[in-house]
Order: sequence, then C-alpha cells, then structure tokens
Amino acid sequence: MTSTVDDAPSQAPEDGHPSGDERFALVDKHLKRVRYEQDQLIETLHVAQDVFGYLSEDVLMYVARALLLPPSMVYGVATFYQLFTFEAPGDHACTVCTGTACFVKGADGIVRTVGDAYAVAAGATSDDGRLTLKTARCLGSCGLAPVVVLDGTVHGHLDAAEAVALVRAAVDGGGES
Amino acid sequence: MAAPIDLHEVAERELEARSRYPWRLKACNSTACLSAGAGTTMQAMEQAVEADDLALDVQLIPTGCMGLCSRGPLVRLLRRGGEETMYADVTPEVGIDIIRSHVRDHRPVEASLLDQHMPFFASQERVVLTHAGIINPDRIESYVAHGGYQALEKALTTMAPEEVVEQVRISGLRGRGGAGYPTGSKWALLAAAAGDTKYLVANGDEGDPGAYMDRTVMEDDPHRLIEGMAIAAYATGAARAYIYVRAEYPRAVERLDRAIRVARRNRLLGRRILDTDFDLEIEVRIGAGAFVCGEETALMASIEGRRGTPRLRPPYPTERGLWGAPTMINNVETLANIPAIVTNGGSWFASIGTPSSTGTKVFALAGDLVNTGLIEVPMGITLRHIVEDIGGGIPNGRSFKAAQTGGPSGGCIPAEFLDTPVDYDSLRELGSIMGSGGLIVMDDEVVMPDVAKYFMEFSMDESCGKCTPCRAGTVQMHGILDRITTGTGTRRDLRDLEHLCQVVRDTSLCGLGQSAPNPILSTIHYFRDEYEALLVDREAVDA
Repeated sequence: MTSTVDDAPSQAPEDGHPSGDERFALVDKHLKRVRYEQDQLIETLHVAQDVFGYLSEDVLMYVARALLLPPSMVYGVATFYQLFTFEAPGDHACTVCTGTACFVKGADGIVRTVGDAYAVAAGATSDDGRLTLKTARCLGSCGLAPVVVLDGTVHGHLDAAEAVALVRAAVDGGGES
Repeated sequence: MAAPIDLHEVAERELEARSRYPWRLKACNSTACLSAGAGTTMQAMEQAVEADDLALDVQLIPTGCMGLCSRGPLVRLLRRGGEETMYADVTPEVGIDIIRSHVRDHRPVEASLLDQHMPFFASQERVVLTHAGIINPDRIESYVAHGGYQALEKALTTMAPEEVVEQVRISGLRGRGGAGYPTGSKWALLAAAAGDTKYLVANGDEGDPGAYMDRTVMEDDPHRLIEGMAIAAYATGAARAYIYVRAEYPRAVERLDRAIRVARRNRLLGRRILDTDFDLEIEVRIGAGAFVCGEETALMASIEGRRGTPRLRPPYPTERGLWGAPTMINNVETLANIPAIVTNGGSWFASIGTPSSTGTKVFALAGDLVNTGLIEVPMGITLRHIVEDIGGGIPNGRSFKAAQTGGPSGGCIPAEFLDTPVDYDSLRELGSIMGSGGLIVMDDEVVMPDVAKYFMEFSMDESCGKCTPCRAGTVQMHGILDRITTGTGTRRDLRDLEHLCQVVRDTSLCGLGQSAPNPILSTIHYFRDEYEALLVDREAVDA
C-alpha cells in the first residue's frame, strides 16, 4: 500500500527469470496479485520458499529486483525470520517439538538421540542429504507431548528410542525419497 | 451492490435445517484432535453413515476444539430434544460403533463415554470459546445461527462509536496478550487520535511455547474475531485492519482468509457494511517465525515487510503506528470478547471475575496433569481449582511442584501459593505474569534450574539483536545457567546471574528482554536450594 517508490507494476521482469525456470512464474503470479507492494516482501518470500523449497541467492535477487528493494534488505529480512531456509532440504524431514510441554516430557533427549543417529545437528541436513532435523517452538499438540512430525505426519507420546526407530523406518526403510 | 446478509433469516433457516435430523454428531476437528487421528475417525463415521443408510438420521458436523485435548479425538452426539452424549478417545472403530450402536440401535457405547459433568467441564465458564466445539467454523451460517454478527449489527445500528468505547471501558476488559492494559483506554486513545487513516491490528502472533488459545479462536471461530474487529474499527474510526498470524498456523490463515471472503460477500466487511456508512477491509499478514514479533512495535515492522525489530515507546502505536499512522494493536482473545460485551453490556462482563480482572481467561493447560487441553475459567479462580479439579491432579502418584505461567516472560508458582486467585495483579505479586495463557504444571521430578535454562535458551535464540542488554545478556545468563546445571557453577556465578537478571530487566529495549529474566528470578526466589545444591564450592578460588 505505501511504497517508497511509485506503485509501478511496470517494473515487473517481463519475461520471468532468464533461466526460463517456470517456477519463477508462480512467484510472478503472486507479485502481480499483491501489485508489487514492497510491504509484501515477507509474503513473497513465503511463496518463493514454497515453490523452490528454499531461498537461494538467485531467488532472493529475483525478489529484490521485482520489488525494487536493495538486495541487502531482502537478505536482511530473509535471514531475520527463522522459517526461511537457505539450503535445499533433505529427502526426509523430522521436526521435534521443543515446546514447554514437550520439553517437560523429554523432547531434548529425542533431538539428541535422533541427531546422534544421523550425525546431524538440529536445524541442519545430514551430509548424505537424507534427513533434515528441525525443532519447532510449539506445535500446539501439547496433549500428545512429546511430539515428532515426520514427513508431515504427527506422532505423539514417543520416547527417544521410539522416535529413532520411526525415523529409521522412514529414512532407511526404503521409504519414498 | 448485493444486499447485505439478513442475519435473522439466515439463523432461522439454519435452525430449521438442523431440526430435520434426529441426531447430530459433532466431531472435534481441531489441530490437537486431528493430530490424534480425528481425520480418519471422521472418514470412518462418514462411511458407516453411508453403509447403514443413515444420512437422513444423523448430520455429521466437523467442529473446533472441545477442550479436553488429552482425550481426543472427541465427539459430541446430540439427540433432537436436547439429550447430549460425549465420547472420548474416539478411534475409527469407536466412531463406527457410535454410529451403529448409538445412532442406529439407541445403545450408547458405554466404554468410551465421557462424563460431561466432570469438573473439567463443569468448572469452566465460556465467553471467548462459546462456540468452539459447537459450530462448524467453515460455515458462516453456523456462526450466525448462534447469534453471530448480531453484536455488530447492534453496534452499527443502535450505538454511537463513543457508546461502544464506553461499554468496553465499563466492562473492565484488559489486554489478553499478557500485559493487561485496559482495552477501553486503548480504544479511547485511538478514537481520539488525529488523522484520516487509522489502523487496527489483531495480534495473532501467539509465540509462547505451549500456548494455543488464539489459534483456537482463529481456527475454530474465525467470524468471532472478524466481528470483534469490525466493532473495534467502528468504535475507533479505523477503516483498515490486519490480522497478524504466525506462519506456524497455516490452518488459521486459511480459515481466516476464507471467513474474510465470505464476510465481504455478505456485506459484513468491505464498503457500506450492513447498509450503514461504515467501511472496513481486513487483510491477513503472515509472520515467519520470530517470537519478538508478538511485541507490538516489532509486529508493525513485520507487517511493513521489514525485520521484526522493536523500537522505543513512546511514541505509542496509537500515536505513530503502521506507516506513521495511528494504530491500535489488540490481542486476538481480547477482540473475541468484544461481541459478548456489546451484546450483553459492559456491566455484565464486569460481573464475571474479580473487580480488577474482569471476565474470563482462556488457558492452554499442559504438563504433568491428568487432563490437559484448552480451558476457559473466570478470573480469580484459584490455581488449586485449576490444577486439582479441572486438571484432575498430578498423575503417576507424583505431587505438584510448580505451575509456570507466561512462558519465557513469566515465572513459576510453587505449591504454597496454590490458593492464589488467578488474576493479573496476584500473579504479578508472585513474580509471574498472567501472560497470554500458557499454563504448564510440573511435578516433583522436574528440576527448576533446568526449566530456567530451557526458557533462557528460548529467549537467547529469539532475541532480535537490536539492543545489547538482551542480545548479550541472554547469552551470558544462558552460559551461567549451563555451568550451574552441569555442576560447574560457583557461588559467584549465582551472584552474577542474579545481578545480570536485574540489569537485563532494567535496561532492555522491549518486553522480550525486560521479561526474559523472569523465569530465572522466580525459580531462584522459590527454589534457591535447588540452585545451591548444584554449586561447586570454589568460593576460595574465586576470591
């Protein structure tokens, strides 16, 4: 709504991204919908991350150009918020809730055990690219504490050994990549 | 322009349609119950209805949170005429049983019955959550049939904006985000602010771990929030509003977006609302995982698309807010109280709770309790009542050690204060805060310095880095706690920690830093012996 520069949809990169990667068209579609308003930066980054899985430098530059914002600002905003990620995610994602209820019921032990089993730190992806281990502040399923979300499915009332077994079944058990 | 919705006609039609079914089955489809398998249960029940040709006998209704999340999936079966039965732990098999045995053969499924008169339900008083678990949140008709939008209609057609502000002032409602600023005073400030453009923001950036009160309102009764916002905007002269929702709540975003679209179509938002001169647009803005954005100045920066860092107040947002214009930020739960206040009057609301903390409060009850879930209780209820009656006490033969309120900004309350009334002022006197509504009960196995370290790790991670006391102080406090909890801390460490707590509290820029020491201070205050037991005696060396 209030842009520092004129509301200028004409600034849109007319032909999308030079690579011809069609995923940029999805980002463009969102940009058009929000009329290239600069205050839509965070929403745009969400869309870009949904489309690409993560925010590469190339994508950040593209967004900066489209919104007529300095790349430093786009980078600054993107790195400020925890949900934005700058590396390609692994084949499987394991998110351990570390909210208070889950903490009281041993979530830190789950993070440690799963991390040790795959030599991966919380927030990172294993070297072989098979598992991304994440922690979440609170998934709001406190009645099920401690909670682990594996590839989008919520599992509750787990101890560390059960959690590792679950992850092993998904990652090593020939599950889809 | 299409004609606005006729609330009374829609309500009548909805009630009429409902009366055609001998049975109505409400299945909790809130996030907690879905995690427990409510989705598959719903499918199984739908199939059973179809297989037994019961589609004309029973209406299946997905609803929001019924409260007792630890026993989910929950189901409520209503028989025409008023008889009501509740079921807990409804697996798909139990769900099919309910359809076959109870609906078809009129034999309740004894093994899964849940007593609706148990203290968990009987001790609650619902204002904010009146509709949660009752209505279908995706259907505006369902909300309207339960009196929805009648408060907005009443305000727009029979009350001047000043009268609405006055009723809110009389109600004594205080901000439910945690700080407890009188809502009526805030509204009066925005109403009096100069300028053609004013903004209203609903703060749905519920960041305290273990808290999901606002999520429940946004997901399970989205129109209630919209109605509360429309009334607030009318009373204060705002013509544009935002709902700031944390990105961790995609379902809330979806529900709100949909509800806003439907409300616009029915002329409950947009131009000339309900054929009056009142206009309002509401837009949802999504956060991206930053706890500090719950702080109002940081939240505004985030809405503007910038890094969510706070700034000094004054000027307060009602003077200079979004894009420099007067802006009022109200918590989601605060706004969800508004329709009831307008409908029943400010003095009705003030009659609930205590004189200085009126109304009810929603808590997310979690931790070492028999019953956990979402509860709404009148202010002033004792902590003991919540823990022992509603929560059902501590399981596994253990005993109560402490209750934590206010998350990383709050503190722990030990057993000797179980009879304290839960209100803003009493909790503050005990060194905790009301907070947004997280209430976590810990049994005697929990080690308090570990709890303090847990919260300090949270604050350290979430410190935005703008001011030094918070950025550096949280790291230092965490470091000392790490030494103490791993058995290498000294007496001097403990002294430094206490000193540092004071400094960070007094000198940080925003509420995050100012309140970050609370979990440490309150646990040292009440459980100092646990800290001291962990210290190594290096006093001589340190000296």
